[in-house]
Amino acid sequence: MNKILLTFILSILVLHNTSTAFAVGGNKLVPPSDFQAFDTPNDDGRSISLRWPSSPSESTEVEYVVYVSIRKSGPFNTEVLRINSNTMYKEGSDSNFHYVEIKPELFFNKESVVTGGKPDYFFKLFMMSDIENVAIKNIASATPKGNWFNWKKLNNFIILIAFSTLVLLFIEHAKKNPNLYLRKISGLDAIDEALGRATEMGKPVLFVHGLNGMGSISTIAAVNILGKIAIRVAEYDTTLKVSNIDPIVLSVSQEVIKESYLEAGRPDAYVEDNVFMAASEQFPYVAAVSGIMLREKPAANFFMGYFYAESLILAETGAATGAIQIAATDSYTQLPFFITTCDYTLIGEELYAASAYLSREPLLLGSLRAQDIGKGIIIAVLVLGAVLATFGIDFISLILKAG
Amino acid sequence: MNFFKRTIPLIIAFVMGVLMAFQYYVPHEASQSLLKIVTRWGITIAGFAVFIGVYSLFHLHWNKIKRKLPGWGYSIFVFFGAGITVAFGLYNGGEFFWNDKQQGTMFDWMYFNVQVPAGATMFSILAFFMASAAYRTFRARTSEATILLVAAVIVMLGRVPVGTLLWESLPPIADWIMSVPNMAAKRGILIGVSIGAIATSLKIIFGIERAYLGGGD
Repeated sequence: MNKILLTFILSILVLHNTSTAFAVGGNKLVPPSDFQAFDTPNDDGRSISLRWPSSPSESTEVEYVVYVSIRKSGPFNTEVLRINSNTMYKEGSDSNFHYVEIKPELFFNKESVVTGGKPDYFFKLFMMSDIENVAIKNIASATPKGNWFNWKKLNNFIILIAFSTLVLLFIEHAKKNPNLYLRKISGLDAIDEALGRATEMGKPVLFVHGLNGMGSISTIAAVNILGKIAIRVAEYDTTLKVSNIDPIVLSVSQEVIKESYLEAGRPDAYVEDNVFMAASEQFPYVAAVSGIMLREKPAANFFMGYFYAESLILAETGAATGAIQIAATDSYTQLPFFITTCDYTLIGEELYAASAYLSREPLLLGSLRAQDIGKGIIIAVLVLGAVLATFGIDFISLILKAG
Repeated sequence: MNFFKRTIPLIIAFVMGVLMAFQYYVPHEASQSLLKIVTRWGITIAGFAVFIGVYSLFHLHWNKIKRKLPGWGYSIFVFFGAGITVAFGLYNGGEFFWNDKQQGTMFDWMYFNVQVPAGATMFSILAFFMASAAYRTFRARTSEATILLVAAVIVMLGRVPVGTLLWESLPPIADWIMSVPNMAAKRGILIGVSIGAIATSLKIIFGIERAYLGGGD
């Protein structure tokens, strides 16, 4: 039985080697048996996918070349692809198929393409070596079409809808039950303490914006906190200085503070020059803000938003002046620096929670509860996924695969 | 007035928020064009907003000089630096500002020989601040500080050749600290941040969070 098996395996090996030698050594290229073109799924309508099975003649000396034309009759003289024949295999397959995405419009002038909609593109595949060129008989054609939904992102979309529904449900729930329990965030409780200290010492409060513009959620969250701080500052009749690096953030901050002073019944106390543009670049901003800290010695420093390498320089300078410092950032690379140098640090999503926490508005508090539930669900899925993956069941990681 | 100050901004936030959220899932050319247009709007607004920033900067420093506030002498350099930069920028190496920007002009020289080194100097100060912050943090007064100290020493030694000389297992231990406990904490924070960002976005889109418009309501 073993002899028969051994003979069978040997004969397969001999046959395989013979066919390869015949194909390459004998200079006889065997072209792929098929060649397909189709509209690339989940794209903007500019790309066409080409797919063809592997050939036994593939080697480093053999190339695949694809030509395109806008007419089936040709001429096929516009080269769109040239690859080594043993590359560009379809992702995840066992090297049985080649797969490439082509943007044919890049190879044609607009005038040469038929007007009125996207044209059909015709592709011809050649297999080329130094000695021989072989064309695949069939000409593949396809029309690129834009897609209205990226199905690879379906899992992401479902999670977004589910979480959004959760947030809106809890906001509705919070309307009916306004006394929701919130865990204590000591950094936010300390804001009053810091402002009180500044008032007692007769020194200003310095609010330092991060480096990102208004397009960043962390900046919006920082502006929301600034509004709440400004109300308290106006009530305590102390000075609030706000440094900005972005002119749009500057304008928004000025407007928010002005409204806060108005709400506190102290519009006369608002000084526009106290909300200022310190610089427009990272290190000049650091120099300007550090200078303010050293000259004016604010009693309380707030660092809110997204920070980069400047975080430690700012916070260390503030610590050296003896100010009480509260930082809030979602920039995880800078968190250690703030934790090291500030009295209180709001970590990650606590920055987003601050506005709701400080205002205690039921509608805002509802979203905080939804955030906590969302985190709980993610933790449960992570634990379940880790346990299942340990036993070789990876369907959760497949479901959550990024598109 | 409230209609212009509140209602219209809230409608714009809702419409654009929903559009841009769905835009992420729509690969169609129309969706990509919308993204391009909105991005261009952002760039245009930012361009005009520069004037607000410049006005704020000059107004602040002019008042400082006028009132002889502490450090007013530095404010003179703001005008001096801005004046020279604008003058050479407009001069454009003799080609003036209505022509394309010339290379190798005095404007470029000032950027590469004044602003870049000054920025690099500020950045280099970070090393000293890092040392002083580390000294304060790593005084092993609590169990958390001790863990931080031990982990930091292992990672620092594991990343330099002398660490391998001391003990060849240091680099793999440092790598493990970075890729397991450090990565776990980082991802935990990132998940929280992402959920918080979605919740905040929803609050803004649906007009629940409106503090950014000014006022507390």
